[in-house]
Amino acid sequence: MKIKQFGAALVAATILATSVPVAADLTFPMLSYRTGPYGPNGAEFADGYADYFTLLNERDGGIGGAKILTPECETAYNTAKGVECYESTKEGALVYQPLSTGITYQLIPKVTADDIPMHTMGYGRTSAANGKVFSHVFNYPANYWDGASVIIKHISDEEKGDLKGKKISLVYHNSAYGKEPIRTLEELAKKHGYVLTLIPVDHPGQEQKSQWLQLRRDRPDYIIMYGWGVMNQVAIKEATNIRFDMSKFIGIWWSGSENDVLPAGDKANGYKAVTFHGVGDNYPIFDELKKFVKDAGKAAGDGSNLGTALYNRGMYAAMLAAEAAANAQKIHSTKDLTGAQMRDGMESLKIDQDRMKALGLEGFGPEINVTCANHGGPGLGAIQQWDAKAKKWSLITDFVESDRSVIDPLIAEDSAAYAKENSIKERDCK
Amino acid sequence: MSPLFLNALEVILNGLMAGIMYSLVALGFVLIFKASGIFNYAQGVMALFAALTLVGFQTGQVPFAHLINAMFGTEIHHWGSGMNTFLAIILTMIVMIIFAWLLEKIVLKHMVNQAPIILFMTTIGLAYFMEGFGDLMWGADIKTMDVGLPSGGSIWLEDFTKGWAAEGTEYYGMYIDVLDVWAAGIAILLVIALTLFSQYTKTGRALRAVADDHQAALTVGISLRTIWIIVWSLAGFVALVAGIMWGSKSGVQFSLSLIALKALPVLILGGFTSIPGAIIGGLIIGVGEKLFEFSIGGMIGGATENWFAYVLALAFLMFRPQGLFGEKIIERV
Repeated sequence: MKIKQFGAALVAATILATSVPVAADLTFPMLSYRTGPYGPNGAEFADGYADYFTLLNERDGGIGGAKILTPECETAYNTAKGVECYESTKEGALVYQPLSTGITYQLIPKVTADDIPMHTMGYGRTSAANGKVFSHVFNYPANYWDGASVIIKHISDEEKGDLKGKKISLVYHNSAYGKEPIRTLEELAKKHGYVLTLIPVDHPGQEQKSQWLQLRRDRPDYIIMYGWGVMNQVAIKEATNIRFDMSKFIGIWWSGSENDVLPAGDKANGYKAVTFHGVGDNYPIFDELKKFVKDAGKAAGDGSNLGTALYNRGMYAAMLAAEAAANAQKIHSTKDLTGAQMRDGMESLKIDQDRMKALGLEGFGPEINVTCANHGGPGLGAIQQWDAKAKKWSLITDFVESDRSVIDPLIAEDSAAYAKENSIKERDCK
Repeated sequence: MSPLFLNALEVILNGLMAGIMYSLVALGFVLIFKASGIFNYAQGVMALFAALTLVGFQTGQVPFAHLINAMFGTEIHHWGSGMNTFLAIILTMIVMIIFAWLLEKIVLKHMVNQAPIILFMTTIGLAYFMEGFGDLMWGADIKTMDVGLPSGGSIWLEDFTKGWAAEGTEYYGMYIDVLDVWAAGIAILLVIALTLFSQYTKTGRALRAVADDHQAALTVGISLRTIWIIVWSLAGFVALVAGIMWGSKSGVQFSLSLIALKALPVLILGGFTSIPGAIIGGLIIGVGEKLFEFSIGGMIGGATENWFAYVLALAFLMFRPQGLFGEKIIERV
């Protein structure tokens, strides 16, 4: 009997020790996807996210003296699995970064009810930028509409400010994500006088012959792409097949990774994408990552992804989360945080270039100033261009601001509609 | 000629080419279904696995490198600069034959006389296993497939057809991807080879005998288990061809396994037991979906191809439930 009791106690102790974060651990659950059709992209982001936290643990002993835990749950980019992952990891969770617009939509009411913030950096529901309505959702430093606007600004610059009569086609993933920029591009078309054509591509996008035959017939001056996964690779390959000028083919940041351009080989040279963070590994932070994470054998992946577009994005997301956690610790004078306290830290997050320099990321991203009303951040974007010979991206513009005169009213309209549908009373953000 | 007419011709031509790509996938399903009555859910994953293996050999990747590194703390990735494409294809084929042999030894022989639904469920399990095994063996990153096939729009056809449009109209010449033309040529060779094999070789005749009647074939001494190994090897070869063609377009990655979805309407339309059916079915689906998208798609929001292929296949089923070339099943009580 005693042996049985001892055995049961041992099992219980093991379960407790392995599954429940101890006090003063900071838990950042990772709803990642390393499998399925979008796995190659999800894995790079997840590696960057995990490696940054590993760096903080190894170099600094965590955040403010508290160790960081990053329990990982595989969503396979599947909304139902994403919700399951959320439910199974929310105990003690500080912030979620689901990397899926579908999962984000499902989690918005859940995180709000559970008092846990969610950071949907460059994806998710764009109007969540309105903090008065979306108290627990943050999408700084930029959102889909910012991306569309920055692309149009770039095209306008290329055309010396005159877009009247120009033909611009949007090739988009036929999903909630892909449809996000349509309204913005339509509004911008009214303002600038270009003609917008919409070309949807169904999931997964392995076959796009019809779309590219149409584009070849239409002869657009520019093509914008909101794709993800294999859709990007096929689209870029098809664009090279019809000998479209790649410097006039511009993707959103989710269509701007090495994975998207490499299969098309040298012909992809000149392809562009908008981004909200730096490219490559020429920042001091990468020396730290190599020293404390990769060379120490603690990298989440095999360490070969350092400096790729999606790795950098994951790393940047983790850095923003860590900075918000440090801010929350300061506000609440505790190193052991709750989701609610983390939310406070995110809502008053300020990162200037001095801080970026101290982090080893000078010039990697724009300055950030989150407020109660503005959860969307500065909305800046830069254009990156692919050099097929060197096999690397380089930034060809500075970070420029999106067209607030068009985007802010759209955010106000969409968030007001959400508030009405869900009987949400706007917060007073004075 | 009016540009509209020429554009429609271009759509038909490209539909035929897309159809052949669908047929390449459908052929693998047909081979296995004909010989064993198994609907092989794993055919798409076999194409992915074959393509991963080919690129792995080509680039000199060490199989299971991640696993080896994690277990022994090593840092091995490649054993050299890779190998000649032809040799890599031969080695990949050997891997697919070993796969077929192991499958028969470990799985299929225990499934003899099981209900078709059990066999189908087995292939679902096989698909998931192979997905994970492929990832573990070669990694989940996107790989570039280059076997030296040319690709890109044919400049010759474009220049040749530019003058076909009526004067004063805007026409840029007809488009066709050279890779698709190669795929068509390879598919034709594949069908001829399969037909010759099944008509004029002893093994081929044994395959047909098994396809006609398992019990009768067994009574004349044909080994069902050997036939299954041969058929799964052939399906592995077809999967490799499909993997090369589709992988050349999109890179080799998990999504390659989803090409099976494009083969299903082809099978519904062409029948599960006919090699010509897989080809004709592919062509009809390819042309049908492209023409529908071209003529009506734009009016109803576009992206119609995925669902229209199934609508077209179901429309055919109303008149020929066994598919265009399928065998009519008559069960007498």
